[in-house]
Amino acid sequence: MNFHQMSMVQLAGKLQDKSVSSVELTQYFSDRMAKYDDQINGYITKTTELAMAQAQAADARRAAGETGLLLGMPLAHKDIFCTQDIITTCASKMLANFKAPYNATVVEKLNAVGMVTLGKTNMDEFAMGSTTENSAFGVTRNPWDTRAVPGGSSGGAAAVLAAGLAPIATGTDTGGSIRQPAAFCGVTGIKPTYGSVSRYGMIAYASSLDQGGPMGKTAEDCAHLLAAMAGFDERDSTSSEGERPDYVGSLNAPLTGLKVGLPKEYFGEGLSDEVRAATLATAAELEKLGATLVDVSLPNTEHAVPAYYVIAPAEASSNLSRYDGVRFGHRCDNPKDLNDLYTRSRSEGFGAEVKRRIMVGAYVLSAGYYDAYYLKAQRVRRLIKEDFMQAFEACDVILGPVAPTPAWKLGEKTSDPTAMYLADIYTIPVNLAGLPAIAMPAGFAGALPIGVQLIGNYFSEPRLLNVAHQFQQATDHHTKTPAAWA
Amino acid sequence: MTWETVIGLEVHAQLATKTKIFSGASTAFGALPNTQACLVDLGMPGVLPVLNKGVVDMAIRFGLAVGSSVAEKSVFARKNYFYPDLPKGYQISQFELPVVIGGQIHIELDGGVKKTINLTRAHLEEDAGKSLHEDFEGASGIDLNRAGTPLLEIVSEPEMRSPAEAVAYAKKLHELVQYLGICDGNMQEGSFRVDANISVRKVGAELGTRAEIKNVNSFKFLERAIMFEVERQIDIIEAGGAVVQETRLYDAAKDETRSMRSKADAMDYRYFPDPDLLPLIITPAMIEKVKGEMPELPDAKRTRFIEQYKLSDYDAMVLTGSREIADYYETVVAATGAKDPKIAANWVMGELNARLNADSLDVSESPVDASRMAGLVARILDNTISGKIAKDVFEIMWTSTDSADAIIEAKGLKQITDVGAIAAMVRGVIDQFPEQLAEYKGGRDKLFGFFVGEVMKATKGKANPGQVNQILKDELAK
Repeated sequence: MNFHQMSMVQLAGKLQDKSVSSVELTQYFSDRMAKYDDQINGYITKTTELAMAQAQAADARRAAGETGLLLGMPLAHKDIFCTQDIITTCASKMLANFKAPYNATVVEKLNAVGMVTLGKTNMDEFAMGSTTENSAFGVTRNPWDTRAVPGGSSGGAAAVLAAGLAPIATGTDTGGSIRQPAAFCGVTGIKPTYGSVSRYGMIAYASSLDQGGPMGKTAEDCAHLLAAMAGFDERDSTSSEGERPDYVGSLNAPLTGLKVGLPKEYFGEGLSDEVRAATLATAAELEKLGATLVDVSLPNTEHAVPAYYVIAPAEASSNLSRYDGVRFGHRCDNPKDLNDLYTRSRSEGFGAEVKRRIMVGAYVLSAGYYDAYYLKAQRVRRLIKEDFMQAFEACDVILGPVAPTPAWKLGEKTSDPTAMYLADIYTIPVNLAGLPAIAMPAGFAGALPIGVQLIGNYFSEPRLLNVAHQFQQATDHHTKTPAAWA
Repeated sequence: MTWETVIGLEVHAQLATKTKIFSGASTAFGALPNTQACLVDLGMPGVLPVLNKGVVDMAIRFGLAVGSSVAEKSVFARKNYFYPDLPKGYQISQFELPVVIGGQIHIELDGGVKKTINLTRAHLEEDAGKSLHEDFEGASGIDLNRAGTPLLEIVSEPEMRSPAEAVAYAKKLHELVQYLGICDGNMQEGSFRVDANISVRKVGAELGTRAEIKNVNSFKFLERAIMFEVERQIDIIEAGGAVVQETRLYDAAKDETRSMRSKADAMDYRYFPDPDLLPLIITPAMIEKVKGEMPELPDAKRTRFIEQYKLSDYDAMVLTGSREIADYYETVVAATGAKDPKIAANWVMGELNARLNADSLDVSESPVDASRMAGLVARILDNTISGKIAKDVFEIMWTSTDSADAIIEAKGLKQITDVGAIAAMVRGVIDQFPEQLAEYKGGRDKLFGFFVGEVMKATKGKANPGQVNQILKDELAK
């Protein structure tokens, strides 16, 4: 059985009809991790022993009559979610030895439904990056071409899904960190409406933008995991108190009458021909499924990247102040005094990109610059949100590329941070507005997958998942797997 | 006087919640270090603050009490700086949009001079932990029990002009927050801490450069610190120098202030709205609800005491000095049928207060509670015992649980009010001291007191003093 080529929902069917046990499935993926992960480096920590114990417990629950779809399903957590008794590094030397004394709400919820933790996936340090090259634990490689980046920051999660080293995974998205690696690795991932998934225990990068979400082979898989991840959490003040939408119930609704908006700013200069073609082909396919295409405009798109690179570093500079060598995490050897303790612990513990963003953040918040940078960026943020609200008067969902190009080569953009930042132009506006968006495979450029995204209004995840699922029912881009790990 | 002193105070009142402002950890004082610091207080990766709703009601209560406007929307902001007892590397406070804006405190100075001090604002924030520098060789200890304790920082305008005004303001505020039940006012434990901004100027001139004296924890020290600081600044200027803007510390042992850090080292706190917390929205309905639960405030109570119980300004002030003493007094008056509120006032302010002070007790800890006190006052009012005998009864009550009636009965202290019996005793005493009688008749009026004393002695103090006076006067005139 090629379990790794099946969707999670297919595997769940096998668990439910007891043709396979959680222990067998967990063993299967653990074996593949042991065999292949060295070539990908998708995992920072493999928790095989714990996974086997969790699988046994899940099998016992099923034997006792429980029937949950996620019960006994193996899962990979991004190493940004705190897991009790398992090291949580956030891909930083700063937290290389950090064992959280508690579980993130997301982890707690998925544990409760009986999911099995295969390990913790690699990422850009503190989720700052678009390639997973900024990890203190080595780069993750793209399973479609190991010379290429897997995207980031949830690059480990996307890569282990593509290589068949996990059936489903958690990720987080602050400026595209679920969608862009999903696109680069040919998998599906949804960034939910801000406030849908609790941020408690999800190590903060930029608090007003961070949002956890599921990554998987299909939209249907993501719908089921999202249903288990989302919901109000009294431990997160920004958590949405409204009733949790039914993510699964409308997957099979027809797309007749759906109005798909194509923002002209998402098809301008800088977009590669292959990605443009794949995005337009997706539009044509949706049209075939009953949708109407409409032109919309998001005029402030060009301001999104600069605004993001003020707001996110500002919040990050403050969020990362707690890593001071005093209570947990990396502490320098033999500090001379307090200042030496701070300076050396932080200099040694943080990587270059994290330091860059802390410096930018401290700068834009400092006296005399706050109005010109931080406040202005917040005004841009409002304008971007208004753009989307205007567009949603004319359409139900917006279709666009995830990134201007397919995955680039490892090392190609590391010396030019600005070029790398600009590649996030299509994903960042969504975070600034707090909207949901789903990325899904839409074709190939040579050996490398291409992803497109559907952006929806607040709490329209059921509709986005429905559109993506219908698209995946009619196409086979998402079923392709890289030959080397078939 | 060519110099004028300008003082503004910032008071940190610890709000009397059971748990911290952004976590569920206890705020109880005196626990072992770091036993009351939860994951949120420790600033663990991934944890988030959740506002304790209790502090919002308290802030509203304060705002209403000082006649300020309670902000419909206020915003929590991060104040960023590194210090080991600040676990997150930032303090959650309020900066641009505080919860309380404006307001007034009315003070009264010696000689009855009244003055109104305007408030600038009051905002909610969390306290930091404590650094312990003495106990650890070559290192500092950190106790995070206090980290996250809710504070209301109350900022006045620089409108006080003397140490006495500053102390009167601080005391008034101290009394108010306790009345409101939002702060226990315990200054030793740091529940009420005062920072004083002090400058001097020639009368009518622009404001001078100020120094800030941090964390003064008693009214006496506040007065001393300001006096020292004013003199220091005047000396500097008169010697041709300039006052440096800086933060200073008052050293009570040496009775002086000294520099902690100058403005040059002032940090840029990089304030910005905390993205982990939503803006604090206070609706008119929330304000109405708190209004309905407001206790009577000191000034209103004082006025009522003067009118209702016909007390002097001074008596009313003493008896409304705290909610507890006012409640005690009113219980006694109510239980004695409000016949003579002044007698009850004298007893609460006199005997009771003196005894409480002697034993260092708060009125809430008094061994003689208000209903037993009422039992005693009732016997004075109905002439069962004299005021003097009552003092003896009170002494016994203090160390026992007996009622005044039981003690009077057991010790046979009932007052003698029978005119015939008193007259017989008076005559007996007069007969006993013929020499003194002769001197008295010869014009030594002072000896009247001597006869009173002898009569009281003969009756073991039980004779009604008023009757004794009257009868003695009559008998001596014969």
